Amino acid sequence: MKLFTRRPGRRPTPKVAKRLGIVGGVMISALVLMAVFAPLLAPYDPTERVGAPFQPPSAEHWLGTNDVGQDLLSELIYGARVSLTVGIVAAIVALILGTTVGVLAGYYPKRLGKVLMQSVDVILILPFLPLLIVLAAYLGRSLLNTIVVIGVLIWAGPSRVIRSQVLSLRSREYVLASRTMGAPDRWAIVRHVLPRTALLATGTFVRAVSTAILLEAALSFLGLGDPLQKSWGSILFWAQSRGAFLTPAWKWWVLPPGLMIMIASLGFALVAFAMEERINPRL
Amino acid sequence: MTSHGSPAFDPAATSAAHDAALEIRDLRVRFTTPTRTIHAVNGVDLDVAPGEVFALVGESGSGKSVSMLSVMGLVESPPAEVTGSITFGGRQLLGLPRREMNAIRGRDIGMVFQDPMSSLNPVHRVGRQIMEAIRLHEAVSKDEARKRAIDLLDRVGIPSASRRVDDYPHEFSGGMRQRVMIAIALACNPSLLIADEPTTALDVTIQRQIVTLVKDLQRDLGMSVIWITHDLGVVAEIADRVAVMYGGRIMERGTARAVYEDATHPYTTGLLHSIPRTDNALTEWLPEIPGTPDQITEEPTACPFHARCPLTEHDCTSGVPVLEVAGPDGHESACLHHTSVGDGDMLWPIQDREIPDPVLPSDDPVIEIEGLKVHFPIHRHGAKRGAAVRAVDGIDLTIRDATTLGVVGESGCGKSTLGRTLVGLVEPTEGRVLVHGEPLDSSSGPHRRVVQMIFQDPFSSMNPGMRVADIVAEPMRIHGIGTPEDRLSRVRDLLASVGISPDVAERYPHEFSGGQRQRIAIARALAADPDVIVCDEPVSALDVSVQAQIVNLLRETQMATGISLIFIAHDLAVVRHISHEIAVMYLGQVVERAPRDAIYDEPLHPYTKALLAAVPAPSPTAERSTAPTLEGDLPDPSDPPSGCRFHTRCPVAVEGLCDTDVPELRIVDDLRWVSCHLVESTIEITPPSPEPVGSGT
Repeated sequence: MKLFTRRPGRRPTPKVAKRLGIVGGVMISALVLMAVFAPLLAPYDPTERVGAPFQPPSAEHWLGTNDVGQDLLSELIYGARVSLTVGIVAAIVALILGTTVGVLAGYYPKRLGKVLMQSVDVILILPFLPLLIVLAAYLGRSLLNTIVVIGVLIWAGPSRVIRSQVLSLRSREYVLASRTMGAPDRWAIVRHVLPRTALLATGTFVRAVSTAILLEAALSFLGLGDPLQKSWGSILFWAQSRGAFLTPAWKWWVLPPGLMIMIASLGFALVAFAMEERINPRL
Repeated sequence: MTSHGSPAFDPAATSAAHDAALEIRDLRVRFTTPTRTIHAVNGVDLDVAPGEVFALVGESGSGKSVSMLSVMGLVESPPAEVTGSITFGGRQLLGLPRREMNAIRGRDIGMVFQDPMSSLNPVHRVGRQIMEAIRLHEAVSKDEARKRAIDLLDRVGIPSASRRVDDYPHEFSGGMRQRVMIAIALACNPSLLIADEPTTALDVTIQRQIVTLVKDLQRDLGMSVIWITHDLGVVAEIADRVAVMYGGRIMERGTARAVYEDATHPYTTGLLHSIPRTDNALTEWLPEIPGTPDQITEEPTACPFHARCPLTEHDCTSGVPVLEVAGPDGHESACLHHTSVGDGDMLWPIQDREIPDPVLPSDDPVIEIEGLKVHFPIHRHGAKRGAAVRAVDGIDLTIRDATTLGVVGESGCGKSTLGRTLVGLVEPTEGRVLVHGEPLDSSSGPHRRVVQMIFQDPFSSMNPGMRVADIVAEPMRIHGIGTPEDRLSRVRDLLASVGISPDVAERYPHEFSGGQRQRIAIARALAADPDVIVCDEPVSALDVSVQAQIVNLLRETQMATGISLIFIAHDLAVVRHISHEIAVMYLGQVVERAPRDAIYDEPLHPYTKALLAAVPAPSPTAERSTAPTLEGDLPDPSDPPSGCRFHTRCPVAVEGLCDTDVPELRIVDDLRWVSCHLVESTIEITPPSPEPVGSGT
C-alpha cells in the first residue's frame, strides 16, 4: 500500500511524457516509412543528373536541383536511409559494447570493474568531436567506418548507466539466492541481471540512436562520411562547399536537410524520454 | 452496520473517557488506487485518557498505523479518504488546515517511528535536530534550545550528553538513535506520544531498554502514550489498556490484565497462543492460526476475522460485529460469541501432525565447522592497516543429521555471516568447514546442492519477474536435475508439500502474502534436495499469526525428509520449538552451546541469561526474570574488548579476571559448552588435574 504519492509538478507528469513519446513515435514511423519506400516516393534517382544545376524549386523539382543537377527532394528522401541505418546500427554497436562493459563492471566491481570504468572515464573525458574527426579521417570514408567510429565513441555513457543498475541488482537477495543454490555467475547474470537491465538498456539504446544520427550528420557535413552515399549531412556538405548558405538557395538546399536531421534526432530523443520516465529506477 | 450511533463505548466503565486526551469516533480510511480500493480502517472508536499508556496491537494491514497517521494528519489525501472524527484536547483534528496541524504536530503530539535511521537526517548533528524541533514551536534562543537538547539527551539515557549532542546520527547505534528520536518527540513536552513500532527494528536486549525508558518517561512527564505494535509481548509490561485490531476494526479492548488474562475474542486468544515464548510448557508443535490476513477491498459486511475463526457461525457473516461489554473495567469484545471463547487451549488446539516414519535425529555430523574466522577488511580512510570487522572470530560447531541447530545472538554477532559462509556467499578467512567430510567449496557446481538457504525476507529473495513455478524450479535447472516435465511435476509436489496449491504455480510472487512467499521459499530450498538448509531469520519478517505456521512447517519437513536445519534468530523464543541444540553467539564467538532444554531450564552464561530475560512474555503479571537487563550496545566488532568479550556489559564481571583473561569454550556438563570464567564445571574432565587457569572463584 502506498501511503504517500509524489507531489505533482516536480517532474513532467507521466501523461505529458506519454504524449511527447507518441509525437516522437509518429516522427520516427514517418521517417522509417520514408526510408523503406524511398524508391517509390522519390521522383527521381538521386544519383542521376535529371535537370540543370542550381535550379530553384519548380513543378518538376519541388526542392530544386543541386550543383550537378540532381533532384534535391530525391536526395532528401534517400538520405533517410543512410541516417537511420547509421543511427540504428551504431546504436546497436554501442548497446552491445555498453551493456557488456556495464554488466561486467557492475557484477565484478572490484578489479575488473575498476579497470573497465577507468577506460570508460578516459573515453568520456576525451574531446569528443575532434576525436571523432581524427578517427574518421584516419580510418577512411566509408559507411562501415562511420558506424564503427560513432558506435565506439558513444557506448561509454550508457555503460555507466547500466553498471549502476547492475551494481544494485547484484546485491539483491534473489541474485544472492541463486548463488546460494550453487549457480555459476553466468547463470546469475543471464537469468537475473540481464533481464532486469534490458528495459533500461532499451531506453539508453533509443537515446543513442538520436545521438548517432546527429553525429553522422556532423561527420558527413564535414566531408568525412561515405562520399558515395547520399545522406542529409552530405547534402549540407555540398551546399556549404557550393556556397548555398549565402545565397537564397539555403531555403531549399540547406533548410530541408537540417529539418530532417532535427526531426530524426528529436523523434528518437522524445521516445527515449517517454521510455525513461517509465523505466528508469526511482532513486 | 457501522458502529456509530450505538454506544460502543461504555462511559461508566472508564471514567477517563470523560476527559479523554484523544477521542476517535468512527474513523474510516480508504485508499483508492487505479485498480482497487483498500479499506484500511473501517470504523474505529478509541479513547485515550491523559497519562495512560494505550497499546494498539495488530498484524500488518490491520489498520493500526494508518489510524495513528490519520491522527497526526500524515495520511496523504488523495489517494486516501479519511472520515470520522478525531478530537484531541477538545479540538477536531480532522480537516484542520495544514498550518494549524503543523503547530499541533511535534508540540502537543510527538511521534516516534520504527526506523530511527531513516527518521533522522544524516547530515545534521543530532543536537541541531532536537533544537530544530524546539525552536519550531517555541521562541527560545539558540543557547537555551541547546541546553534543553542536552537535557533531553540526558533524560533519554544517552551517556555524556553534552559531548554527544554534536555527533551525527551515524555515530550512534540503532538503540541510541531511537533514544534520540524519542528526545525529539519529547522536545516540546507533548501531552501525547505516538510510538509506531519503535522497537521492531531493534534487538531484543535493546528493545527492553527502550520499553523501560518510555515507561519511566511516561511516569515522570505524565503524558499519554499510544504504542503501536504487532507484538503482544512487548507491551504487556507497560500498557494500561490494550486494543487489538484486525481488518481495520478493533476486535477487543480492555485493561492489559483483562486482555492478556481473560481474552474474549478468538483472535486475541489465538495471537496470545501462537506467540513463541520461553516460559510455558514445551509442546511438540506450535499452536497456529490458520490462513493469512487479507487486504480488504470491499466495504466490509462481516466480521473481518470470520474466515480464520474456529467459532464462526452463520451470523458472523451477516453483519460487522460491534464492540460490546464483555467484562468488568470496560472490557469489550467485538465477537458475537465472546461468551463461548473461553480458554485459548480449547479454541486453538495444537494440531497433531501424522508423519509416517519420521526421520529421527542422529549423531552423524553433516557439517563440521572448525576454528572458522570470517574477517571483512576495513578500507575506510584512516583505518588502521589490517583493520577488519571480525564478524566470525573462531567458531567450532557441528551440525548433525536430521537435527536443528539454533543460532541466536544480537544483530552484529556474526550469526548471519556464519550462515552465509556455509552456503558459499562469503569466503572463510581462516579455519575450515567440512560438509560430509569434504572441505566447503564455494565455486559453483553440483556439490553446492547439499546446503541451501532460506532468507529473512521471502519477497526480496525472489526475482519479481519470474513465475512461482520457475522460482521453485531454479535450483533444479541450475544443477540440471531432470527433464522439464520432471521438474514441473516435482515443483507441483513441492508446492503441495508446503501447503501451496500447485494450481497457482503460474503466478508471480507479488500475488502472495508474506507467509505464502516463505512457504514458496522453503519449497525452492527443498527443490535442490539438500541435506542442510540454513534459515536466516525465516520468520522475523512475518506476521505473528503466521510465524507459528512456518516454524511448524520447517519442523514437519525435517521429520519427513531428515534434513538438518540451521535456524538463525535474534531471540531465544523463536528457536525453542524447533531446535535440538542451541548456540548463543556474541561478537563473533559462541559463548554457550547446549541441548535445547538445558539452555532454557538453566542458562549458564550471563549473556544467555540476559537474552532469555529480554524475551518479552505476553502477560502483564508474568514473573519477570530477576536477571538484570543488558546495559549498553554491542561493542565494535573490529576492536573487540580484551579478555572476555562480554565483560563490558556483563553484570557479574570480575575485575582483573574477566577483562584480562580470555575464557575458553569448555565443556562443563554433559554436552554443555560455556565460555565464562565464573561458571563452575560440574564434571571433572580429568580428575587429578589442577584447576584450569582462571576458572572458579
